[in-house]
Amino acid sequence: MSQPANMPRWASLWLMPLLNLFAALFVSGLVIALIGEDPVECLKLMINGAFGYPEGIGYTLFYTTSFIFTGLAVAAAFHAGLFNIGGEGQMYLAGLGVTLVCLQFDYLPAYVVIPLAMLAAIVFGGAWALVPGYLQAKRGSHIVVTTIMFNFIASSLMTWLLVDKLRMEGSQTPATREFAQNAWVPMLHELFAPLGFELPNTPLNASFFLALVALVLFYLVVWHSPKGFVTRTVGLNEKAARYAGIPVDKVVIAVMCVSGALAGLAAINELLGSTHRMNMGFTNGIGFVGIAVALMGRNHPVGILLSALLFGALTQGGLDLSFEKPAITREMIIFTQGLIILFCGALENLFQTPLSAAFKRMLKNQ
Amino acid sequence: MDMIFSVLDATLRVSTPLVLAALAGLFSERSGVVDLALEGKMLAAAFAAACVAYIAQSPWVGLGAGIAAGMAVAMLHGVVSITYNGNQLISGVAINMMVSGVTPVLALAWFQQGGRTPTLSDDARFTAIELPFADAIAHSAVLKTFFGHNILVYLALLLIFVVSWVVYKSRFGLRLRAVGENPHAADAAGISVKGVRYMAQAIGGALCGVAGAYLVLAQTGAFIQDMTAGKGYLALAALIFGKWRPWSAVLGCLIFAFTDAIQIRLQGVELPLIGSIPDAFIQALPYVLTVVLLAGFMGRAVAPKAIGVPFVKSR
Repeated sequence: MSQPANMPRWASLWLMPLLNLFAALFVSGLVIALIGEDPVECLKLMINGAFGYPEGIGYTLFYTTSFIFTGLAVAAAFHAGLFNIGGEGQMYLAGLGVTLVCLQFDYLPAYVVIPLAMLAAIVFGGAWALVPGYLQAKRGSHIVVTTIMFNFIASSLMTWLLVDKLRMEGSQTPATREFAQNAWVPMLHELFAPLGFELPNTPLNASFFLALVALVLFYLVVWHSPKGFVTRTVGLNEKAARYAGIPVDKVVIAVMCVSGALAGLAAINELLGSTHRMNMGFTNGIGFVGIAVALMGRNHPVGILLSALLFGALTQGGLDLSFEKPAITREMIIFTQGLIILFCGALENLFQTPLSAAFKRMLKNQ
Repeated sequence: MDMIFSVLDATLRVSTPLVLAALAGLFSERSGVVDLALEGKMLAAAFAAACVAYIAQSPWVGLGAGIAAGMAVAMLHGVVSITYNGNQLISGVAINMMVSGVTPVLALAWFQQGGRTPTLSDDARFTAIELPFADAIAHSAVLKTFFGHNILVYLALLLIFVVSWVVYKSRFGLRLRAVGENPHAADAAGISVKGVRYMAQAIGGALCGVAGAYLVLAQTGAFIQDMTAGKGYLALAALIFGKWRPWSAVLGCLIFAFTDAIQIRLQGVELPLIGSIPDAFIQALPYVLTVVLLAGFMGRAVAPKAIGVPFVKSR
């Protein structure tokens, strides 16, 4: 996350992520070729699956919604210099909050139960990040290790709750009963039907707008509010922040809570927008994709929107591709996501060093 | 007696890959490179060992392939972390995702058995070594625990001694610790920081290779998708639990493996006073213990000083 020294702004904001993306896609293509499929044909199938027809676009935007939330969660922590790997666990626990509210109160009207569920997602997700945040700030335990541990603890806890406590009576699968319709976040095709628009039937729901609002709020808070200024100061130089009288401990704890809450909101999109019940492992790696989204989006809302869209497209296009080409399963997407994280987050010097040297030479010649 | 024996026996079996991976992490982290990639190294090794042992019909060739795969992944982590000064945490997370994704794809393409490899015959596995005089010697349950295992279990036991000697008594070990605590001082003393760190990655990769190969060649007999199931992270937890010291880390592994062994036996058993414990609680215990330790409630866990910081030679 170091700022490149001698490169024009456009190059570091656009050229670098694109180069990293191409490098990742190239390596994926090599593996696809290795197993005897045509990478170019696969790429075409994927793009078509993600953007080529209305249902595809709907699903792409549905996945994008969750990725925006978990991407913002990781980015919020990054701005304070913290690496929150715990988005997966925080989202899982937020799902518990949502589920508890819905199982208790889903007889109430939608305008009561949905905000209540959102509040629960924020509180539960934030609380699950609070402990690692507190331990980092007050006891100096490394946030990365504690959030990893908390992911595992969350997974064990939820398995126990879903198998022993919350499981629907008479059912073998570890899942809750379906929530009543009051608690469902309205689908986009339902919202637009009265207006005369006919949208395809997809799980894309009103949470998408919530995600867009969150992006704007994120921008305003991080770059145009005192709290954002304080957060970025802590992230850039903790010692200087402390010297300037900023209560670093409080900032770290608060930022972790916000980060967990943002990851938690992804649970609304999944549980109230699509499945309408809690299944075991419903988070399905969405929290980890958030890391890729934040890294590729350079922790900026515009970047996060674009990279969340990219990962939404990868997910939907990849699923479509796996129907067409059974050899290329959805694990191929996990591989590609890993590659993108590697190139964007850890191998930035691979292109940065030669590129900034090239720009330097160009400037000299002018 | 039988109960004690079976618990101890299971503890030893379960702890073997954890011990190997924790020792691998020890090299990497003592050299100043954070190793979240233990999971990925093990998984890659398990996959390679399963494929090659199946084709060659030999556990030894499989073990070699596992070690090679573990070292290859370690070199990737090394190139990113040591040569390109990348973020070591992110590199580890990325590598774990990549290996978790690519192995089932390759397994499906090569063996058409849905993300797993064909089950190995007994000839291609490491089986228990039965000594004829074992029963005569082993009178107590504790003694009996040490007989009738496969060769990798004994190898792991031996390696604990070797590693703790290398880290504390050998010239390389001194350099390893110097590079992890104060790389600039080590550099000034003429030690190649990058060289030592690469060496540590190579050794760690090989140890992870044995750990991954163990999972396939000694336990399941086939590669299964995501079969490491968090063991790499558990080993890392044991390493932190052991405050980055070999014997303490091994103790951590044994405690974690012991909780795992009693968990299976406690299922549905009513204990006096507490009643029956849900196995999820016992499953989460290693992670909770690690968090408690990291929080400084059980003595301070002090990491190697230069951990996670890329080394840029001062001019």
